[in-house]
Amino acid sequence: MSLSAQDIERIAHLARIRVTPDEVGQVQAKLEGIFKLIDDMQSVNTKGVEPMSHGLDMVLRLRDDAVTEKNDRENLQRNAPQAAEGYFLVPKVIE
Amino acid sequence: MAQWEIVIGLETHVQLTTASKIFSGASTAFGAEPNTQASIVDLAMPGALPVMNKGAAERAVKFGLAVGANINRRSIFARKNYFYPDLPKGYQISQFETPIVQGGGLTITLDDGTTKFIELTRAHLEEDAGKSVHDQFDRESGVDLNRAGTPLLEIVTEPVMRSAKEAVAYAKALHGLVRYLDICDGNMQEGSFRCDVNVSVRKPGEPFGTRREIKNLNSFKFMQQAIDYEVRWQIEQIEDGKKIVQATVLFNPDSGETRAMRTKEDAMDYRYFPDPDLPPLVIDDAMFDRIKASMPELPEAKCARFQSEFKLPEYDARLLSQDSATAKYFEVAVKTGADAKLVANWIIGELSATLNREEKSIEQSPVSSVQLASVVARISDGTISNKIAKTVFEALWSGEGKTADDVIAAKGLKQISDVGAIEKIVDEVLAKSAAQIADYKSGKEKALMSIVGMVMKASQGKANPAQVNEIIKRKIS
Repeated sequence: MSLSAQDIERIAHLARIRVTPDEVGQVQAKLEGIFKLIDDMQSVNTKGVEPMSHGLDMVLRLRDDAVTEKNDRENLQRNAPQAAEGYFLVPKVIE
Repeated sequence: MAQWEIVIGLETHVQLTTASKIFSGASTAFGAEPNTQASIVDLAMPGALPVMNKGAAERAVKFGLAVGANINRRSIFARKNYFYPDLPKGYQISQFETPIVQGGGLTITLDDGTTKFIELTRAHLEEDAGKSVHDQFDRESGVDLNRAGTPLLEIVTEPVMRSAKEAVAYAKALHGLVRYLDICDGNMQEGSFRCDVNVSVRKPGEPFGTRREIKNLNSFKFMQQAIDYEVRWQIEQIEDGKKIVQATVLFNPDSGETRAMRTKEDAMDYRYFPDPDLPPLVIDDAMFDRIKASMPELPEAKCARFQSEFKLPEYDARLLSQDSATAKYFEVAVKTGADAKLVANWIIGELSATLNREEKSIEQSPVSSVQLASVVARISDGTISNKIAKTVFEALWSGEGKTADDVIAAKGLKQISDVGAIEKIVDEVLAKSAAQIADYKSGKEKALMSIVGMVMKASQGKANPAQVNEIIKRKIS
């Protein structure tokens, strides 16, 4: 699979990663390497093997429905760059 | 104008009634101070891991069983990736390829009494996002993560609805069902039941047109208005030679219009993949059997029972069984010994009309089911006529008296059953009605009705109309 420079820009945008025009070629080569790896894996014969969603053969553990957490806002917001009136503040987002 | 066919599919976000969140032990209670119910998991602190709430899984299974769906005993949680400040992890935990519920459907009843089966595509478990406020701060948006991690069941239909009426009937039926099952409180103002409506139009027989999605409708009235507006808009666009562009739109209740929020030209790519933090959700036999055993009687079964047990017509049975509160109201009233068909008539007629007019739910009805039963009982035993019963009902509604008997006694509404008294009134009326009598004798049945009307009026509605009818006929034939 070959990726175009546009593909790289789009992937970077979706992942919110800044890739400068100089870096596009480099990222492109690396990603193509990864796709090559995927192609190699896909050439393995998996006929009769049930697809797995996880690497480990485990089942989800369930907890009982009970409130176990208390209000810890003050403590948790000490980690936030900006907070006011109980809210976390972020640069204005207008859709 | 050429005929257009409307195609509608719904996606409904149903907030489950668990006490705690789907992946954390924080409370889901509505209305708390911002961020007081947001734990390290909901805040996406590094290293914090989700632990699945059994109650959420149980409710999803309950729903699946109720709609006759296939329950995937092994379902997979996936990450849906997108960036927004009220989604601190950068992804929403949802289900993609293997949801917990697939298929099934529910039957809706339209105003004209016809029914239609609405097929469901799937229902999957996911977490809600937080809330952003944009108008409280000058230069910043505020983020409240209390709602982040609240368990949702997203229920998706096939594009099988063909009118706004069908869509609203489906939404109402679904709303009734989730409350029946007690898996959602159904509070639309608080956002516990939110509908996204996909609308497109086409000429019959043609492939589906391009759809636009109306987001976050939280009232049945708005849903009807939004669809009506959207359909008109789409038809006008196409007839003007323009193309419909796939988009997400919002409905503005003030203007009654829908407006594009974002077009999908830069289509979202959610890059779904199985969440490595969450191995497959397995519903084992013990859990499955336990949930199955706990299922309440469902609307369909209740509708059938109302027909067989109380000899109600299907139409009445269906209306009464559509939501649990109405069904309960009916059953409590009938338990007092009141005539089932009359009780049904009163619930479907007078009570519903008055509740609608006063914008009240049946749980908020000032006239209790036992009170309504007392009115019906007095109609059945001939104490009052149907018409007087309306006066009694209104008096009970406004709190004048506790039972029908109180009101009848206080207002002197008891029907006159003394034949002599009625005959006296009839004689007085007949003496003034030579023209009507002549008409009746010449074969005009309607003339009799007008005489009965005059007698009823003269008796202030207290005479028994059947009896009046009989006496008049006897006297003038």
